[in-house]
Amino acid sequence: MPDKHVGQPLLRKEDPRLLAGQGRYLDDLGRDALAAAFVRSPVAHARITDIDVTDALDVEGLVAIYTYEDLPDRIAEPLPLLIPHPDLTHARTPHCLANGEVNHVGEAVVMVVATDRYLAEDAAERIRVAYRDLPPVVGVSQARAGDRLVHEDVPGNIAARSVQENGQGDAHSAIAAAPHKLTLDLEIERSASMPMEGKGVLAHWDADDRTLRVHSSTQTSTSVRLAVAAKLGLPPDRVEVVTPDVGGGFGVKIVHPWPEEILVPWAAMTLGRDVKWVEDRREHFISSAHERGQQQRIEVGFDDAGRLHGLSVEIWHDNGAYVPYGIIVPIVTSTQLLGPYKVGAYRVEFTSLYTNTVIVTPYRGAGRPQGVFAMERTMDAIAEYLGLDRLAVREANLIQPDEMPYDQGLVFQDGRPLIYDSGDYPTMMRMIRDLVGWDGFEAEREAAAGQGRRIGIGVAAYVEGTGMGPYEGAHVKVETTGEIVVSTGLTTQGQGHYTTLAQIAADVLGVAVADVTVITGDTRRFKYAVGTFASRAIVTSGNAVAVAAAKVAEKAKRIAAAALGDGIAPEDLELGDGVVRRKDDPGSFIDLQTVAVLSNPLRYAFDEAAKAATQFAAAANTGDEPGLEATGFYMPERSTFAAGAHGVVVETDPETADIKILRYCVVHDCGVVVNPRIVEGQVHGGVAQGVGGALYERIVYDDAGQLVNASYMDFLIPFSTEVPHIETAHMVTASGVNPLGLKGAGEAGVIPTSAAVASAVEDAERGRGATEQGLAIRRMPISPSELYELRKGRVHA
Amino acid sequence: MKPPPVVYHGPDTLEEAVRLLAEHGAEAKVLAGGQSLVPMLNMRLTAPRRLVDVNRLDELAYVRSDRHGVRVGALARHADVERATHAFETVPLLRQAVRTVAHPTIRNRGTTVGSLVHADPAGEMPAVLALLDGEVLLRSERDGERTVAAADFFVGPMESACREDEVAVEAYFPRPAGRTGTDWRELSRRSGDYALCGVGTLVRVDDAGAVVAARAAYIAMGSVPQVVDLTEAAADGDWSAAAESAADQLDPEDDIHASAEYRRHLARVLTARSLKASYEAVAP
Ligand SMILES: Cc1cc2nc3c(=O)[nH]c(=O)nc-3n(C[C@H](O)[C@H](O)[C@H](O)COP(=O)(O)OP(=O)(O)OC[C@H]3O[C@@H](n4cnc5c(N)ncnc54)[C@H](O)[C@@H]3O)c2cc1C
Repeated sequence: MPDKHVGQPLLRKEDPRLLAGQGRYLDDLGRDALAAAFVRSPVAHARITDIDVTDALDVEGLVAIYTYEDLPDRIAEPLPLLIPHPDLTHARTPHCLANGEVNHVGEAVVMVVATDRYLAEDAAERIRVAYRDLPPVVGVSQARAGDRLVHEDVPGNIAARSVQENGQGDAHSAIAAAPHKLTLDLEIERSASMPMEGKGVLAHWDADDRTLRVHSSTQTSTSVRLAVAAKLGLPPDRVEVVTPDVGGGFGVKIVHPWPEEILVPWAAMTLGRDVKWVEDRREHFISSAHERGQQQRIEVGFDDAGRLHGLSVEIWHDNGAYVPYGIIVPIVTSTQLLGPYKVGAYRVEFTSLYTNTVIVTPYRGAGRPQGVFAMERTMDAIAEYLGLDRLAVREANLIQPDEMPYDQGLVFQDGRPLIYDSGDYPTMMRMIRDLVGWDGFEAEREAAAGQGRRIGIGVAAYVEGTGMGPYEGAHVKVETTGEIVVSTGLTTQGQGHYTTLAQIAADVLGVAVADVTVITGDTRRFKYAVGTFASRAIVTSGNAVAVAAAKVAEKAKRIAAAALGDGIAPEDLELGDGVVRRKDDPGSFIDLQTVAVLSNPLRYAFDEAAKAATQFAAAANTGDEPGLEATGFYMPERSTFAAGAHGVVVETDPETADIKILRYCVVHDCGVVVNPRIVEGQVHGGVAQGVGGALYERIVYDDAGQLVNASYMDFLIPFSTEVPHIETAHMVTASGVNPLGLKGAGEAGVIPTSAAVASAVEDAERGRGATEQGLAIRRMPISPSELYELRKGRVHA
Repeated sequence: MKPPPVVYHGPDTLEEAVRLLAEHGAEAKVLAGGQSLVPMLNMRLTAPRRLVDVNRLDELAYVRSDRHGVRVGALARHADVERATHAFETVPLLRQAVRTVAHPTIRNRGTTVGSLVHADPAGEMPAVLALLDGEVLLRSERDGERTVAAADFFVGPMESACREDEVAVEAYFPRPAGRTGTDWRELSRRSGDYALCGVGTLVRVDDAGAVVAARAAYIAMGSVPQVVDLTEAAADGDWSAAAESAADQLDPEDDIHASAEYRRHLARVLTARSLKASYEAVAP
């Protein structure tokens, strides 16, 4: 039997290349291409009254200036609404270039093309756009007030209003009838994906061949291809979209087509020259996408043991100026809020609101951090109210393993029922209790207090729907050199797919991982794919690779059986160690490489090995199509549900209110683990972003709608010095949905971090004795300055 | 984020640099480590027509100490100041403070003199110069050399007394007299960030351990480094009371990272801790 590669903590195949600076990112391509730059709106909300390009015309190297008026039919239409939903009654999407009105600072107004980016910016700087200001709507509260409108034909700024109930009765009556009730008002501020590499597009138009090649730093090359083809009026087969190495996505690059993904190819076709646009950091801040901003009101009814009888949640979600990605984020918040708990009667209502700010689309976690914050703050508030242990309250509400699969009675973001396929939440909570040292913490707290220090412990749990459809596919081929090439339309942004997908293929084909090359995100190599987002890649593509590789294995056995003769049947054979061999006589085998040669019957021998496949050689005909290759797809019936719990210990400086994470513990269940090293890396990266969201990162708009911290100087992404050491424990409850038993792991780390840190900081600030009150954290992120403010409000008896 | 067109000059001597500035004056800017200037160029927040790059003036790449103090040439990087043991032994405050300037990579390029000319109210080195009563040596074709005391050098936020036709040649950090302890501390959101509040203190004691002089200098608490004399307030060693009196004299502002009130609170807390540390460094 071949060694199993799945489950091994192999080093990442892609790292030597990436770490040695041999990565090839968008800006490494197209050295001679023309460069595009954009004039972007400096104001949040205005009518454009005039665009004067006169002064730009004599910039040397200027090639073209385009405004909305220059755009042909389909390109002049608004960008598509990617995910329509019946509750999304007032969807508005942006234009490629502003059509008379701008709705956020950073919206593209004019496109400039010049011989290089410096000159393009010189010209852009000289273009004068006149604006007549309209009142800006900034922040959830102002959007809710509804007296100022972002879009004059959208009353109350309401893009969508949506209600879901879980079929367990009326939540309000359940709450009213419960022994105890609490109400919480919560808020999560804006953050953003902030990949190190911004977006970027390079387009090459071959006028003779009438083909367009687009390189884009995207999370979905196949979808960009369809969108570009549709906008430019080309048959999809005339459009190739290739993703080079991508320096991070975290959600923002799943949105498509970005205006630049249409305008750059269009300019390349119009000008007959290669055109490139590389987003700079400021552009990324003001014209890509943000997330997280929500207000929430929670009403909960519970009994003396802290068991929930009813839960009603209202969410006001800031969706920014437009909703090209639909209302996925608040749908995810509304459904994933439930976590590993049974909440009794549940009602959730969200209102998705326009504001004159950058659009809001999924960012790693995609609405879950907000939902988990709501649920876990509620758990802590119940424990505080009842004087119970916070973990005990959580444990009282857990779904039990014997209740799996568990139907939460809601519709999930994939339009399918929210049914948890598997999981063991009581074990998970026990593991986090042990890992973080929950039970011994009171002694630690006292010892610290003796030294005048404040420390606190917090915990938060989540369930994450992963691996959603509609599908992913893969093409697996054994080359006549023996190399195995796995092509998937899936894109990759550093998650380690070149390694994990190779591990899966290697196991099915009985070869070494080193022999497997994975190709991603190139529509020339594989045309059908959805994309890498929502913790779906390993689940969907991993299973697709297994399907395709299994087909190849079957074919190899058929061809090998015919070649070995002797009345051997394919069933008598197995793959392993790079050969196809008899199960009962492993000494009798044929190299997989030779099988690949034989799989393609030849008239002409091109080298020594190829002779074996020519007509007068004794190659047997199995009736198979030529080539030792196959395509396979995996179409999940519905999502599969991963889970985890984080425990964190913090210290708050009694004087400066500085907040320090002392310990960070993660218990993590993503089903069968393909590569524990990579999963841990994913968890670490997620926690780092989670720590950012909890303590550092916030997008700040002023009242006029100016983004005041649009740089890494003031938008505080944690450095390695701010990311704690992370202690991880894996548990495995195999997925009941897919053949490999996989669940996604990409987003996990970020999901409960804000909730866990809030819990720990609140605990550190717990009142001491009868003389001092605790304080309630209702809003994240939290800075030392804000903790200081909260402390001032604390009443000393 | 590409700078507008600019003419580059790379003089090999100080004379030539000074001559170029005399010739181009307002049109030109000195380029030292570029850690502040280049981002501003890229963001088109400043658009000089010419850059006079002083990175070839090896003659200015020095950190020299004698028993009176430390002289830092215009081409000495923050990292050179940080590493120079003799400088640390002469004026410990230099290393205590420069370590909190940005990150190692930035300290490898950024110059200490450049950060004085840049005069960021949150910059550490201006406050160090101010606390020590140091001075800056300037040179121009018109006036030759002139020396400006720290108290006159920092004019406003991002504004120093260095004229556009002048090169700042050297900064002088005198060694504090007598038995003097110093300390630098600050709180920043992330390690290496500009501080929310930073304070350097200097406490001189007599042989019996009585405080004979105490001063504090603050960053991010006003438009220029704020120096507060605390000799009287700290005379009896009540650091909290001294810190209280210092904080009362400061007038910080709100920004997105911290409220003015929190900043003043931090000044109080950090000053008390810093005075104590300075004192304990030299107390008998
Ligand atoms: C991410 C980051 C974080 C930072 N954090 C901090 C921090 O925490 N604390 C801090 O103090 N600084 C910080 N800095 C700034 C850093 O210290 C700079 O290096 C310093 O402020 C300027 O030095 P420079 O040599 O880079 O000057 P440059 O950027 O080259 O020049 C700055 C200005 O000074 C002028 N100038 C420079 N040298 C001379 C001279 N010899 N004569 C005349 N004019 C001159 C230039 O014309 C320009 O106007 C940070 C920088 C970065 C990029």
